[in-house]
Amino acid sequence: MNRMVIALPLATLLAACSGNAGNGSESAAGVTGAGSTFVYPVLSAWAADYKKQGGADINYQSIGSGGGIAQVKAATVDFGATDQPLDSADLAQSKLAQFPIVIGGIVPVINVGGIAPGKLRLTGPLLADIYAGRVKKWNDPAITTINPGVALPATDIAVVHRSDGSGTTFNFTHYLSQVSPGWKSGPGEGKTVKWPVGVGGKGNEGVAGYVKQIANSIGYVEYAYVVQNRMSFASLQNSAGNFVSPSAQSFSSAAESADWSHARDFNLVMTNAPGANAYPLTATTFILMPKQPVNKANSDAAIAFFRYALAKGQAEAGKLDYVPLPAPLAQQVAAYIGANIK
Amino acid sequence: MNATLAREAVRTGNRKSGAAADRLFHLITAAAACFVLLLLGGAALSMAWGGRLAFETFGARFVTNVDWDVPASQFGALVPIYGTLVTSAIALIIAVPVSIGIALFLTDIAPRWSRGPIAIAIELLAAIPSIIYGMWGLFVFAPFMARHVEPWLSNHLGNAAIIGPLFSGPPIGIGMLTAGIVLGIMVIPFIAAVAREVFNAVPAPLKESAVALGSTRWEILSRVTLPYTRSAIIGAIFLGLGRALGETMAVTFVLGNAHDLSASLLMPSNSIAAAIANEFTEADTDLYRSSLIALAFLLFVVTLIVLTIAKLLLLRINRQLGRTS
Repeated sequence: MNRMVIALPLATLLAACSGNAGNGSESAAGVTGAGSTFVYPVLSAWAADYKKQGGADINYQSIGSGGGIAQVKAATVDFGATDQPLDSADLAQSKLAQFPIVIGGIVPVINVGGIAPGKLRLTGPLLADIYAGRVKKWNDPAITTINPGVALPATDIAVVHRSDGSGTTFNFTHYLSQVSPGWKSGPGEGKTVKWPVGVGGKGNEGVAGYVKQIANSIGYVEYAYVVQNRMSFASLQNSAGNFVSPSAQSFSSAAESADWSHARDFNLVMTNAPGANAYPLTATTFILMPKQPVNKANSDAAIAFFRYALAKGQAEAGKLDYVPLPAPLAQQVAAYIGANIK
Repeated sequence: MNATLAREAVRTGNRKSGAAADRLFHLITAAAACFVLLLLGGAALSMAWGGRLAFETFGARFVTNVDWDVPASQFGALVPIYGTLVTSAIALIIAVPVSIGIALFLTDIAPRWSRGPIAIAIELLAAIPSIIYGMWGLFVFAPFMARHVEPWLSNHLGNAAIIGPLFSGPPIGIGMLTAGIVLGIMVIPFIAAVAREVFNAVPAPLKESAVALGSTRWEILSRVTLPYTRSAIIGAIFLGLGRALGETMAVTFVLGNAHDLSASLLMPSNSIAAAIANEFTEADTDLYRSSLIALAFLLFVVTLIVLTIAKLLLLRINRQLGRTS
């Protein structure tokens, strides 16, 4: 978590300085990528392993999904990474290929005295009502009726959201829009929205920090932060009606139940997946690469790296609290890369 | 002998080259001064140019609009402007009396042996990076405010007449009051260090005369030291204000970064600098990015207005005092 705090501004600086590094160089010595902060820990672990085994240098700058999209469109980096998939029209226009690389989850974290991790149950519409400011107290009947036996205080709910634009927020608000018509017509979905209530923390670490510091608060962060900071979280009701805790199993069951084979260019947001044990706030990071790269050597090296990541790196991902792509999806991605990137 | 020679040299041989050197010196200093103006003008122009799309789209509404709705592409700067001004005002309310107290104590009251260590401690405070203040604010000070200060404020002052709305709301510890206090602590060393230098510069005969006339210590401070150093002290305060207006990291940590307009000081808000720091990396539409640059331009304008008011105030005080004395 701390490395993220340091890595972010540093990466932005590096991105500014080395924007042209991937462009002119002849050899594949320096593959550059930029984008999603969500995928940074696992990508850098893969890059280190890959280099140890004699692979090319992969230099990834976690400047945020929006920045990654902009840079790969401008061809200043060899690949971009985004938590919000681009649609096929956008991809066709900018001649980009897109494929998922790793899966993770977004978790509602809470700081309410005495409630153990996973003991509080929330439904999607209820989560939307809390974030819309319609449910204001922890002992609101809407919460207590689905949580018999949980001692809920009569205090205000302090809502924490992201203050910066982020793919995590996109997936979170996309889910709220799916399950709550009021949210869809109100704040809607986006990498940042007009939050009706609450305070904003910068980055996952900012939200985690606020939730820990503010009593009776609720926030949402990526799963890795929940594990590393031992935060208390709520279980969520999925579309099959079951209450599911975030875990590698529930993320993979969401990934398996999602209908990838019909999603063109993998343009699929996995939230609210149909499986019986699927965790409803499961998210994916996508890699963007030009179909006709300017620098062929670098592009080939990047593809070799991603093939390595899909084949051998997925176990490493599990150790860092990400979830490997299900095997059929990984094969589908490998075929897509071969067919689409020259 | 040497002196005579030197005088001779100046009078005859070196006069011409001396005049040329003088002119060169004049040019160099003028260029340095112009460079600052150029830099200032360039910065202002490039920000205005970068923000032109926002100004064209929203016009004057950009400054008066409360909404900051990214998906709907509606941007208004009122909340960040308000948050910036309020937190800076709280910071000055706290920092000015404390800093002047520190400076007076150090120059006139403290035992001589203790002045050095305290002065060094103040300068060390000024050297602490702002992110450290931010983290301290979030991990130590905000929970303290939430547990001890804010419940008391909202219980005792929350229902009071006039000032009540300022102190109502849930005590979450993150908000304008906390941010203002942290900012206040951050600017104290700047104001105190300058004020100490200024107070040290008050000529001893002035103070000694006051003592001879039988003045108390308080009378010396209020009738001699403060009036003598008035303009320099106001300068020091505005140095601190400048820092408070533009402070980013510390404010981002404790202000709450929420685009909500609220009268209550206990509620989260946003500041111009914090909004830019939070949102610039993911500002992926032209209008969004332009609105953030326009915010930067407004910070520039706000600072300019505040400084102008300060200069005018100073001018008026000087004129009034000139008339009465």
